[in-house]
Amino acid sequence: MITLTGLTKRYGKFKAVDGIELTVPKGELFGFLGPNGAGKTTTFRMIAGIIVPTAGRIEIGGVDLVRQPLVAKRRLGYIPDRPFVYDKITGAEFLRFVAALYNAEDASLERRIDELLDLFELMPWKHELTESYSHGMRQKLIIAGAFIHRPEVIVVDEPMVGLDPKGARLLKDLFRQYVNRGGTILMSTHTLEVAESMCDRIAIMQSGRILAQGTMDELRVQTASGNASLEDLFLRLTGGFREHQLDTILEV
Amino acid sequence: MVWRQYRGPRLWIVLSPKWQSARARLLQERDGAGPRLFLLTVLALAFWSGVFGIVYRVLRYFRTVPEIGDLLSTKLLGLVLLAFSSILLLSNVITALSSFFLAKDLDLLAASPVHSIRFYLAKLTETLLHSSWMVALLGVPLFAAYGIVYHGGPLWPVAVLAAFIPFLLLPAVVGTALTLLLVNIVPARRAKELLSLIGIGAIASLVLVLRVAQPEQLVRPEGFRSLADFISMLQAPTNPWLPSEWAMSALMNWLLRVGDPQPLVFLWGTSAISLAVGSVLFRRLYRRAFSKAQESAPVPAGSRWTAALEVLLQWLPADRREFILKDTRLFFRDPTQWSQLILLAVLIVVYLFNIQALPLFSGERFPASVLTLVVFLNLGLAGFVLAAVAARFLFPSVSLEGRQMWLLRSSPLDLRAMLWSKYWIGTVPLLILALLMTTVTNLILKASPFMSAVSLVTMVVFTLAASALALSFGAFYPRFDTENAAQIPTSFGGLVYMMASVTLLALVIMLEAPTVTAQIRAEQYGVRVAWNPWMAVPLASAGIVCVTATLLSLRLALSRVQRLEV
Repeated sequence: MITLTGLTKRYGKFKAVDGIELTVPKGELFGFLGPNGAGKTTTFRMIAGIIVPTAGRIEIGGVDLVRQPLVAKRRLGYIPDRPFVYDKITGAEFLRFVAALYNAEDASLERRIDELLDLFELMPWKHELTESYSHGMRQKLIIAGAFIHRPEVIVVDEPMVGLDPKGARLLKDLFRQYVNRGGTILMSTHTLEVAESMCDRIAIMQSGRILAQGTMDELRVQTASGNASLEDLFLRLTGGFREHQLDTILEV
Repeated sequence: MVWRQYRGPRLWIVLSPKWQSARARLLQERDGAGPRLFLLTVLALAFWSGVFGIVYRVLRYFRTVPEIGDLLSTKLLGLVLLAFSSILLLSNVITALSSFFLAKDLDLLAASPVHSIRFYLAKLTETLLHSSWMVALLGVPLFAAYGIVYHGGPLWPVAVLAAFIPFLLLPAVVGTALTLLLVNIVPARRAKELLSLIGIGAIASLVLVLRVAQPEQLVRPEGFRSLADFISMLQAPTNPWLPSEWAMSALMNWLLRVGDPQPLVFLWGTSAISLAVGSVLFRRLYRRAFSKAQESAPVPAGSRWTAALEVLLQWLPADRREFILKDTRLFFRDPTQWSQLILLAVLIVVYLFNIQALPLFSGERFPASVLTLVVFLNLGLAGFVLAAVAARFLFPSVSLEGRQMWLLRSSPLDLRAMLWSKYWIGTVPLLILALLMTTVTNLILKASPFMSAVSLVTMVVFTLAASALALSFGAFYPRFDTENAAQIPTSFGGLVYMMASVTLLALVIMLEAPTVTAQIRAEQYGVRVAWNPWMAVPLASAGIVCVTATLLSLRLALSRVQRLEV
C-alpha cells in the first residue's frame, strides 16, 4: 500500500533522508523508530506530500504521489506530531473543513462528525473554539480529522504525545481495528512498549537511513540479539549514553 | 552564588532570542538571493529618493519665501512629527497587547527568575522596535532633506538621534502603560472590546489632531485677515505640551542655530519620568493583568451571518466554499485581524477629509481643466489607499495559514482553490471600497463624465492588480511564525509590496496621462475633444499592464505556494 523507493531529502549539503527503501502492504501496522533527528518526521512529511523529495519515489496504493498528488492524497490520512489547528474555529467547523478538503461531504457528514467527536470524548466541546482545547484535545481532534474521509492509509507521527491513558488506549484499539479491517498504518513513536505491542513490523532509522527492519523476531536475528527486548535492540543499533555522562550531569 | 543578591539574567540575555531570531532570518533571506536583494535595494532607494526629492523641493521652495519660509519649514516638520506621534501611539498600544500579553515566550519568561524591571525593559524594547521601525525608516529621507537644505553640518545625524530616540521612546512607554491599564479592565483574550476602545480612541484623536493642526491653512494665507495673523498662526505651537512639538523645536533650533536646550531637556526628562512611572505601573499591575490575559475567549455567539453566507455560496465547489467560510470566520473572530478595519476606517476618513478640504470651490473659481487634473491626480491617492488596504488584508493571507499548512499540503486540495478563495475574499470587498471611494470623491470634485469613467475603470483594474500583488508578495515573504496578524503587513515583505504597488500605480498614471492631458487641453481652450482611436491606446495599455500584473502575480504566487515547505 505504501512503497518508498530510494527516497532522499537533502537540505543544502545535509542529507536528512538517505535513499530509503520500504514497502508496507495493505492491512499492516508498521512502526518507525529512531532517535531524535533521525529523519522520521521528514520521511513522513514527504509521504504526506507536504515536502517534496530530492530524489526517489513514493507510491500510495500504486499511485505516484509526485505525478498524481491529488489522487494519492485522497487515499491518505495524515496525523502530524504537533497538533496545529486554526485557533478561531470550533471543533465541528474544523472537521467540516477537513471533510471539504477531501471532498468527503455527503448527507451523513454531520452524523460522522458527531460520531468521531463522541468517540474522542470531544462532544461537550463541539462548538467551542479550538484555542480553548488542551494539547491532548487538539491531538484527538486532528486524529478525528484524519479519519473523517475514511482513508485507506494513515500516516501518523508520534500519536501518543499528550494523550491521557484512556485516550492512548482508545487510539491503540482504533488503530488495531482499522488495520484488521484492511487499513494500513505507518506510525512513528518513541514509546517502544507501544511499538512492540502494536506493530506488525518495525524499522529502526538513524541519520536518514534504515538500519534494520522486520518483525521483532527478524530484528533479533538481524542484530544477533538472542531474546532481547525492543529497547535493547534499539540501543544496540543506535548507540546509548554512557554512565559517566550521567555522573557529570547530575554532579552537584 | 549568593541567592539573596541574585537579580536574574541581564537585559541583553532576555532579549537575545529576539535578536538572534532576527539575525537568523536575515541570513536566511540573504542566502542565494543576489538578484532579489539587488531588486529590493533598487526599490528601497527609489522610494527613499522619492520621499527625499519631494521634501527637498518643498523645503527649497520654502527657503525662497521671504519672512515666513523658515516658519513654513518648521510647521511642516511639526505636522509630520505630529502624524508620526499618533501613528506611533496607536501602533505601540496594539503591539504591546501582543508582546506583553499574548506572546508565546511569556510563559518561559514568567517562569524564569527575570527581574521585573528587566522583563519590562525587554518587552518595551521589543514593542518599540516592532512599532517604530517603519516610522524611523521614513524619517531618514525626511531628516536628510532638512539637514541638506538647512546645512545641518556633520553632527546633524547626532542631533536627529538626540531628538528622535526620546520621541520614539515616549509613545512606546505611554502605549504600553495604556495597554497595561486596559488589560486590567478587559482581559487581553477578550481583546475585541479592548481594541474597540482603542480604535474609537484612535479615530477620535486623529480627527482631533487634524482639526487642531488645520493643515489646510498653511496653503491658504488668503483666509487670514492679515499677513500678521498668518505669521502668528505659523509661530504658534500646535500644542506646547506635545512631544512632537519639542522634537520639532529641538531639530529646528539646531538647524536655525538657536542655542536653546529646553526642548531636548523636556524630551529626555519626560522620557525618563515616564519610563520610571511605566516601570512602577508594570510592577504594580502586570502580574494581575497577565493572569487575566490567560482567560479564554468566550464561546462564539450564534453565527447566523456565516450560515447566510454558506447559503449564498452553495453554488461553489465544497473546498472553495469551506475555504471562504473558514477565512471569514477566522477574520471576524480574531481581534488582531478585524481590528484593522478600524485602521481602514481612519485611513478613509482622513482621505475623504483631505479631498473635502481642498480649496477648489471656495473663493476664486478654478477652471474645469484644473478640476480634471485634480480628479486625475486623485487616482494616485485613491490607488495608494487601496494598495495600503490590500497590504492590511490580502498580504497576510498566506502567512495566516502558517502552522496549519500541513493540513492543506497533505490533503488533496488543489492549491489553486486556496489562492482563488483568498484572492476573491479580499478583492470583492476591496472592489466595493474602490468603487465607493472613487464615486464619492468624483462627486465631491464634480468630475466630468469622461474623467468619472476613466477613474472608475482605472480603479477597478488597479484594484484587481494590487490584490494579486499583495497575495503574491505575501506568498514570497510569508511570516509563519508571527503572533499577531497586524504585524505581518509591516514586515519587510509588506514594505516591498507597497513599493511595487506604488510603482505600478505610477506606471498606470503615466500611461494614462497623454489621453487625460488631451482632455485637459481641450477644456482649457473650451473646445470638444477630437476623439481618434489613438487616444484609446494609452488607456488600453494601462489596462493591459494591470491585467498582466494580475495574471503574472497570481501565477507566481501559485508556483511559490506549491514550493513552500512548511
